Amino acid sequence: MPEPVIELDRVRKDFPSRPPVRALADVSLRVDPGDYVAVIGPSGSGKSTLLNVLGLLDRPTSGSYRLDGTETTELADGARTRLRGRRIGFVFQSFHLLAHRTVVENVMLAEIYGDHARKGRRERALAALERVGLGHRVGFLPDRLSGGERQRAAIARALMGEPSLLLCDEPTGNLDSRNTEAVLDLFDELREHGLTILVITHEQEVSGRAARRVRITDGVLVEEA
Amino acid sequence: MDVRDLVGEAFAGMLARPVRSALTTLGTVLGITTLVITLGVAATAGNQIVGRFDELVATAITVEVPESKHTPLVAWDAIDRLTRLRGVVSAAAVAENKDSVNLSVRSNDLVDPTRVTAQTLTVLAATPGLPEAARGRMTRGRFFDTGHIERADRVAVLGEQAAKMLGVTRLDRAPAIFIGRNAYTVIGIMGDLRRERDLSAAVIVPPSVGRQFGLRDVTRVLVNTSLGAADLVAGQAPTALSPGNGDALQVIAPPSPTRARDQAQDDVDALFLILGLVSLVVGAVGIANVTLVTVMERVAEIGLRRSLGAARRHIAAQFLLESTLTGLAGGVIGASVGVVGIVAISAAKEWTPLLDVWLAVAAPVAGAVVGLLAGLYPALRAARMEPVDALR
Repeated sequence: MPEPVIELDRVRKDFPSRPPVRALADVSLRVDPGDYVAVIGPSGSGKSTLLNVLGLLDRPTSGSYRLDGTETTELADGARTRLRGRRIGFVFQSFHLLAHRTVVENVMLAEIYGDHARKGRRERALAALERVGLGHRVGFLPDRLSGGERQRAAIARALMGEPSLLLCDEPTGNLDSRNTEAVLDLFDELREHGLTILVITHEQEVSGRAARRVRITDGVLVEEA
Repeated sequence: MDVRDLVGEAFAGMLARPVRSALTTLGTVLGITTLVITLGVAATAGNQIVGRFDELVATAITVEVPESKHTPLVAWDAIDRLTRLRGVVSAAAVAENKDSVNLSVRSNDLVDPTRVTAQTLTVLAATPGLPEAARGRMTRGRFFDTGHIERADRVAVLGEQAAKMLGVTRLDRAPAIFIGRNAYTVIGIMGDLRRERDLSAAVIVPPSVGRQFGLRDVTRVLVNTSLGAADLVAGQAPTALSPGNGDALQVIAPPSPTRARDQAQDDVDALFLILGLVSLVVGAVGIANVTLVTVMERVAEIGLRRSLGAARRHIAAQFLLESTLTGLAGGVIGASVGVVGIVAISAAKEWTPLLDVWLAVAAPVAGAVVGLLAGLYPALRAARMEPVDALR
């Protein structure tokens, strides 16, 4: 049996306020390689906190989180940063493309931190753009692209460096239905090639395409049929 | 992270908003320009002032001989010992006292009631080297020589002004002047004096003749030295003139060139240095301010970079390098403008521009340091940012 990509064991996250807020209440989740999981839930349910914990952007208060078999809660900041850069590709709702850099430069940005060879970086970025169907837009500035194209550029950036997990935070929240369709088609395609994808969304359309759905409500995670 | 990538990111970040970056450098440009011009012009002007001293004053020495009751402190022939000193170009001994400055001099013996024929003039006794020592020349005739002195010939040389007052214009008829009751033949007229200009209104007689007017002892010695020898000659002259009594002589020497230069620099520098430093501080505050605003604007970018695996130090390094490059650009521009300014000022004043190489090298470095210091706090703020907050 292969090592799971994500293994959460009774993860709890409290925010110190008055009264204390429990954003995650003993969440356990296992995601295997090649899984396509949608996390759904209303706003304020703990979705974003879960994403931050999964993306190593935040530490849980208690519990254990193994990413590709590595226990992350014990790691120092620097090691978590390196792990994040190497294993996780992020896709954000608002794309986060640098406005003054061309599409290919934005994609190449994914490799400047960490020990990637400078040689062949542009070729790898062009390949990633080809993979998301943006081969004809490489020299454009982001503001010349449609929303769907921007998100595909951001996905190409996330795919650089062969991450084991694609972590998507409302990836279609800023897109119309036609562009949403294109991005979701791309996810299907990537998943067929064996990429593990975890999407956080509140849109029925997005979660419907995923193979597995988990619902989070008030910090409690429940597997849906 | 590869250093080339870091530099590339810093450049890209700086060039993303070129106008803002250009305006940010303005304070540094002003500061560095002021400093470079101040230091450069001070050096140039200092050199210039020394140059002027060199020409006129820096080689002129005067030795005042106090009156002595017994034997004279300086003998008339002591001037030969002085001219033998290395560095002495010309020298002359002069005798003058308070009786000799108010003598009545006439150019003829007729008493003409319609004209004022008698002039009150200064009568001096001097050694033959006087025209050279006073840096003048004989406009007419000649100066008396040792022969005249030894024979005690009754000859006189007139200063240009004195000749005009006495109506002596030509010498071919050997005109005479009367000092008191005695007549003296005018053999020359001395003019174009660049030193001791009051000699122009004087009547100069040989020392052997001057005794009749009480001009017994040397009262002043004029010395001209070659360039740079003034200090040395000033030290040696009293001993050469009056062995054993050198301490009693008063030597008036030009200020030494180094001191002149220091003084000139001090005067110009102090004010403008402060001005330049203030501009630099203002420039640094400007860079710090703009970088801080930039950090706040680029919170999302910082979050993105953290999500791509950037450590805090990578973020800090990028912003620090951006502000340093901004400062460096200001320094380079400031140094260039400053150098052009020095040349322009020198051209306007007809000076020779004096450019220190280290100044041209140090100015950009100073700009970079200003940028580095200014970027410290904003870079720290950027690095401290939590990725969760930055991406929200």
